[in-house]
Amino acid sequence: MFTFDQLTTNLPGFSFEPVDINGTPCALLDREHLVAVAKLLKEQYGFTHFIDTVGIDRFERKMRFEVTYNLRNPTTLERLFLKVRCDERDPHIPSVVSIWTGANWNEREVYDMIGVVFDGHPDLRRMYMPDDYAYYPLRKDYPLTGIEGAIPLPTDEYVAKMNLN
Amino acid sequence: MISEESYHPSQAPKQKIIEALMSKDTSVVLDEDSLDHEMILNMGPQHPATHGVLRVVLRLDGEMVISAESELGYLHRGYEKLAENMTYHEFIPHTDRLDYISPIANNVAYVMAVEKLMNIEVPRRAQIIRTLCCELARISSHLLAGGALGMDVGSLTVFVWALRERENLYDIFDLLTGARFTVSYMRIGGVAQDITPDCITMIRKFLKGLPEATGEIAKMLHKNRIFIERCESIGIMPADEALDLGWTGPNLRASGIAHDLRRDQPYLIYPELDFNVITRTEGDVLARYFVRFDEVVESTKICLQCLDLLDREPGPVLANDAKHVLPKKDEVYSSMEDLINDFMLINFGQNPPKGESYFSIEGSKGELGWYLASDGTGTPWRSKIRSPSFVNLQGLSRLLEGAMISDVVAIIGSLDPIMGEADK
Repeated sequence: MFTFDQLTTNLPGFSFEPVDINGTPCALLDREHLVAVAKLLKEQYGFTHFIDTVGIDRFERKMRFEVTYNLRNPTTLERLFLKVRCDERDPHIPSVVSIWTGANWNEREVYDMIGVVFDGHPDLRRMYMPDDYAYYPLRKDYPLTGIEGAIPLPTDEYVAKMNLN
Repeated sequence: MISEESYHPSQAPKQKIIEALMSKDTSVVLDEDSLDHEMILNMGPQHPATHGVLRVVLRLDGEMVISAESELGYLHRGYEKLAENMTYHEFIPHTDRLDYISPIANNVAYVMAVEKLMNIEVPRRAQIIRTLCCELARISSHLLAGGALGMDVGSLTVFVWALRERENLYDIFDLLTGARFTVSYMRIGGVAQDITPDCITMIRKFLKGLPEATGEIAKMLHKNRIFIERCESIGIMPADEALDLGWTGPNLRASGIAHDLRRDQPYLIYPELDFNVITRTEGDVLARYFVRFDEVVESTKICLQCLDLLDREPGPVLANDAKHVLPKKDEVYSSMEDLINDFMLINFGQNPPKGESYFSIEGSKGELGWYLASDGTGTPWRSKIRSPSFVNLQGLSRLLEGAMISDVVAIIGSLDPIMGEADK
């Protein structure tokens, strides 16, 4: 049975805050520790199966953005979550693509939707939205009634010019 | 605005995807007699073999793919944002539109995630019906996946035969749920209405006829030299890389890892049922096809066991929990108490406790899960969909490296991506 306390013996100076997600172990880490913890989890504790990345905008908190990694150990069938938070003025989190290849698209999706920049990501482009899109749709301040510059309806002159009638 | 006379493709701004494609590392070693120039070929988003609106950009040398890059988002409807602005019940019809080949399994995954967040106990009869529905959806999905792979490599007959069987399934869903395609059958706390004896008879008839239909497909494909040689040893995915990429479902099982949430992380009534987890070790296109084909047989077994259990298990199909479960319509019209509860649930939604929860089921494409974050109000703060097609597609560019251009369609088909789910 894996507990995060085992990590403190291997990583000097490592500290975490336990979070409860339906009984699944979850640890809130400092972003400085993320890559070292990820490496240890994969190589020593067998969490080789990368499941998911969740980005959440907690806009009423000081540490506004929260990224949760969902991992699984295929041998012992255990699951765990890793949580990292970052400030709005410094939305940077180190990328774990060098440890799990599967984090590539998942981190791109979080970047696209929330706007967290993953340092060290090999190919940080937008996942779903166009490359020149100026908004991050899953932020809570995204205008729900429509954005400036959305595709306008064709004007009468355009219809006349294109002979669409 | 660029006028037609002055426009030339070389002046167009370079798309980021092209830059990403050209700067990508590749393991392909070119022959000495290769063509002296490379070509970029755009495949999709309107290509019949990309199973929807997947766009793949291929960097080619002659007929060989040096590297490939896929682009998603052509079917992005922003369901995660929509979910944040509606109650938990209102989102159920939207889940039908994610994996539109097996909508009923998406319903189950979503409502079970919500029930886990709200700690609702579901009656046993409803659990049996949900298990039955999930397996019928799996049969439907795997039939289409096999048929579409057959069509991609040239056997259109198999596709038509598979669709014929799926038509029977649609008739069953019509009788069971009232809709053929977008069913919205699940409710938080149970199912919308009980299964009728007519429907049970129809399912039994369908399951009885299914071995003959799959037998015909097997006769058509399994000893067919063209099909075998088209699919064998292309698109090979080693087990460790599949895990690293986060693959789940039949695609991962075809690489030799017996990962099945029905057995590993039991939910519904799966622990009581007798079924095998199908695995193959080759990890190629043919192995992925065979895993799906054999899983149809296992799903048939599960469905028959569920039908037997249903006969012995009368009882309610909706939990008795007035604060979270919608009352029946006739009760709303006849009882004041239920009218008040209905009004509160429709207008303000259920108020789950503050916190986060994750729940996943073994969908027909892989691990289908919802990560729900609640702030204690009637709408979720965040509703993240863990969609298997999205993660499985991530392995596509790795599989396409070094493949021939004619194998590209077979490899895409073998991954069974559904873009409604991958694009959310």
